[in-house]
Amino acid sequence: MKITSADKAIESLKDGMTIMVGGFMSNGTPEILMDAIVKKGVRDLTVIGNDGGIPNTGIGKLVAAGLVKKMIASHIGLNPLVGQLMNEGRMEVTLVPQGTLAERIRAGGAGLGGVLTPTGLGTEVAKGKEIINIDGNDFLLEKPLRADIAFVRASVADRLGNIMYKGTTRNFNSLIAFAADLVIAAAEQVVDVGGIAPESVATPGILIDYLVEGEA
Amino acid sequence: MTEKEIIARRVAQELRDGDVVNLGIGLPTMVADYIPEGVRIVLQSENGMLGMGRLATDDNLDKDIVNAGGVPVTAEPGAVFFDSAFSFSIIRGGHVDLTVLGALEVDETGSLASHIIPGKMVPGMGGAMDLVTGSRKVIIATTHTAKGNAPKILKRITLPATAVGKVNMIVTELAVIDVTDKGLLLKEIAEGKTVEDVQALTEATLLVAPDLKTF
Repeated sequence: MKITSADKAIESLKDGMTIMVGGFMSNGTPEILMDAIVKKGVRDLTVIGNDGGIPNTGIGKLVAAGLVKKMIASHIGLNPLVGQLMNEGRMEVTLVPQGTLAERIRAGGAGLGGVLTPTGLGTEVAKGKEIINIDGNDFLLEKPLRADIAFVRASVADRLGNIMYKGTTRNFNSLIAFAADLVIAAAEQVVDVGGIAPESVATPGILIDYLVEGEA
Repeated sequence: MTEKEIIARRVAQELRDGDVVNLGIGLPTMVADYIPEGVRIVLQSENGMLGMGRLATDDNLDKDIVNAGGVPVTAEPGAVFFDSAFSFSIIRGGHVDLTVLGALEVDETGSLASHIIPGKMVPGMGGAMDLVTGSRKVIIATTHTAKGNAPKILKRITLPATAVGKVNMIVTELAVIDVTDKGLLLKEIAEGKTVEDVQALTEATLLVAPDLKTF
């Protein structure tokens, strides 16, 4: 775990990579890391996150800058640009039920081969997917998701990278921290080790590679 | 009272003391304004919260606490925050008593279309598919018709399904309808309306409850 700048932290981010971004309608999205990605201008990203952000905040910044080739999300309704690009065939969007998205990411980070869920049975979500019957009930086999880099937002982090999330900002952050080869967190506040009660740590520092200060 | 207020107030009559409830964005959220006296419910918000309070005001705004629409809300005493996998363990795992959602179309088999009009409107399903799958009861809160009086309550939905056979009840400004094995059972009609008025704006054939009431 290393404390560094946003620009340094994303040095290994390249065109065509798959990234995961924490947040829910931009609540809990690391904005300073989104800004750094836009500044770097990498292209053809596949972005996995709950939603398409809000115009010009969160994932919406990456969309507006034309950096996103494909999005895997549960909801894109609050960012009209995503739907527009999708309908114009300029961006590929895969819609995944929110609970399924969470479990697929969890599976990707937990060493599981997938999850079995009843969500989406009988709908277009089930198309092309294996249906497995367990004790008389049907379930969809949903495969794990992983990324090259995950972008996490911490409310408070200590110098070992242990993270506490305030309010509803935890959402997908604590899940994606498990599911990427490189994990970068931006913190609103960085405190000395011991500054967060151990039982309040939702993401242990062993999962974090780079910590960036200065999240608003 | 607007149509939406009438619908929200009627849906609120279905709330039972102690219920864990998830209200969708938009009209369903308004149900919280009409919780009957003496009924205490726990609002679940799929972005990661139990014990959600009212929309925040300038006096009590906390930027870190938002509802599933990203709008700042307050937390009730005893509120709990968690991650999205935990949140959907509550939802999918059958720990939500009632979910209230809007609809583009709903049909007599209890199927619902609410998340996409191909080529036009693509908001996505968000948490709706998990909510209809895991909630003990699903109520659709919607205006009875779309623009130009086009029926929304159909024999079969025509848009991509958000849920297949999961809806238990439909509440509109004109009617309260139960989804039963035999079809749609009209249980209540708005004061001043007739069964014929409601049927004329409904594609599906309505069965009429013997003890039809008004609301």
